[in-house]
Amino acid sequence: MQLKEIFKNRKEPILNIYFTAGYPALESMPIILNSLEQAGVDMVEIGMPYSDPLSDGPTIQKSSAIALKNGISTSIIFEQLAKCESKIPKIMMGYFNAVLQFGVEKFCEKCQQNNIQGVILPDLPIPVYQEHYQTTFEKYGIAPIFLVTPETSEERIRYIDACSTAFIYAVSTSSTTGAGTGIQSAAAYLQKLQTMQLNNPILIGFNIGSKADFDFASQYAAGGIIGSAFIKQLENSTTLENDIQKFIKNIRPKN
Amino acid sequence: MKQDYNVDAAGFYGVFGGAFVPEMLYPNVEELQNSYLTILQEKSFQKELQQLLEDYVGRPTPLYFAKRLSAHYGAKIYLKREDLCHTGAHKINNALGQILLAKKLNKTRIIAETGAGQHGVATATACALMGIECCIYMGAKDVERQAPNVARMKMLGATIIPVESGSKTLKDATNEAIRDWINNPVDTHYIIGSVVGPHPYPDMVARFQAIISKEIKNQLKGDPSHVIACIGGGSNAIGAFYHYLSNKAVQLVGVEAAGQGIHTAKTAATLTLGTQGIIHACMTTLLQDKDGQIIEPHSISAGLDYPGIGPQHAHLHQTKRVNYHSVTDQEALNAALFLSKNEGIIPALESAHALAYLNKMEIKPTDKIVINLSGRGDKDLETLTKNLL
Repeated sequence: MQLKEIFKNRKEPILNIYFTAGYPALESMPIILNSLEQAGVDMVEIGMPYSDPLSDGPTIQKSSAIALKNGISTSIIFEQLAKCESKIPKIMMGYFNAVLQFGVEKFCEKCQQNNIQGVILPDLPIPVYQEHYQTTFEKYGIAPIFLVTPETSEERIRYIDACSTAFIYAVSTSSTTGAGTGIQSAAAYLQKLQTMQLNNPILIGFNIGSKADFDFASQYAAGGIIGSAFIKQLENSTTLENDIQKFIKNIRPKN
Repeated sequence: MKQDYNVDAAGFYGVFGGAFVPEMLYPNVEELQNSYLTILQEKSFQKELQQLLEDYVGRPTPLYFAKRLSAHYGAKIYLKREDLCHTGAHKINNALGQILLAKKLNKTRIIAETGAGQHGVATATACALMGIECCIYMGAKDVERQAPNVARMKMLGATIIPVESGSKTLKDATNEAIRDWINNPVDTHYIIGSVVGPHPYPDMVARFQAIISKEIKNQLKGDPSHVIACIGGGSNAIGAFYHYLSNKAVQLVGVEAAGQGIHTAKTAATLTLGTQGIIHACMTTLLQDKDGQIIEPHSISAGLDYPGIGPQHAHLHQTKRVNYHSVTDQEALNAALFLSKNEGIIPALESAHALAYLNKMEIKPTDKIVINLSGRGDKDLETLTKNLL
């Protein structure tokens, strides 16, 4: 399903799960994708591990370091995706330098071939994207996904909305990922976003770790993104399939 | 056409530089971009900084004619004595500039990264002077090998946070400081210690360090033939080069740390071995693998143990305005011992890299060589004695 349709057709809040490719084992990604699809998750965000993940807290730093030690790389991620049968809608998240070294055009082409519909590169500034890469992203039908935060001005939120084509990633709190502070304090900011009537739907991410957090976020937006809490669940997992089912059931008991 | 080596309006030096920051840091960086030039040009700011540099730091630092060194190498050799600055290195020039800027921006908390500890000590000093809370990120490995500076920072009231991630050195301390800034975007100013990071840091830090070459120009009769400086991120080098960049009669030489050698994996010779990419939010040259993962560097000198380099240096390298070379750990150690025994000056291991280059260059009797002695070696005594005595 196309991202646009997921947002249009949704009856329930959208659940987007982030995980680090190559973690906990090099070959875990296909299992994780299939399990998440079976568990009824709406979409996934595949994290491309980076040696110096500036926006990430300890949990994703650690999973990235282990994944790199396991031998994961951008090419291997695409090789694994090519063999994977899961039809779950996918986006990718990573740091710009890894994409730059892989080659931006080759990267977009591989994304298109493997049904990756959107890409989040938090450290790629919008003007640089527009000047150098927008044409390439559009050529391969890849949606750029930009972030807003509690410190982003209203004017800039509107600018980011105008630059976006799929959804806006609203960072819940001023923090790195997985700070564990919860998101209840973000109510005023999330309410502001809701009342701005933006053109693009919003998914809320960072510090959503429980059903309560997810339900809270969903009041204000199309849904939420869970990352660090999910990674932690995988850390000591002996049977990924079971543990993933269990984790998703806790977030969304109805499925 | 006169070539411009300075930053353009968009924050770039040719293809290098920029501000590749996540949205979480956008407001902080934008605030600095919009205000730094105005603040730096304010009369009251300049006056306060100038006063501090004179009375507190002890500027101008001497340009010392090194007689025995000159006799040995057969040319006129001058040492710019940044080692005589308060706190023992050039880092204080930038720390004081930035703390005054932070005050103008009403920030109440300061964070910084440090490698050798010199920037950490300078920042802790500036914070103690101004009565501002100070938090220093330092790689766990550096905490161990730079114990005297850790003690000094503690004396000055700073909180030291040992960083256990990655290679546990300067790169990782910088990552953690950036993450702290993401988590504290409103009240905190991040005092970056070198000419690295997102625009406007490389330009701002260069402006604060430019006083080094400004003084050399006043102190030396005529142009030097060479100005030589060591390079990790490159702040003392930019400071020593700044006012000579447009004067092509002066040869500028940057000396990187080759570590155990540029043909080994244990090296920090970024410009010699690196490729173009992004580190700490700027486009520059860095040590990375084919997948763009950053490679952990090595140098015996904690201040040069950095896999990137300031974007202006990457540009000066590409345009060939500055010649960059590298020297090994052992060559630097030998140079430190040589200066100690022949001039009675124990240099920092970082600065010893610049001194070591004297053995590798062709020297003419008419040469007038200025070496930026960026810091003193007290902090390195353990490493120096372990390896040399």
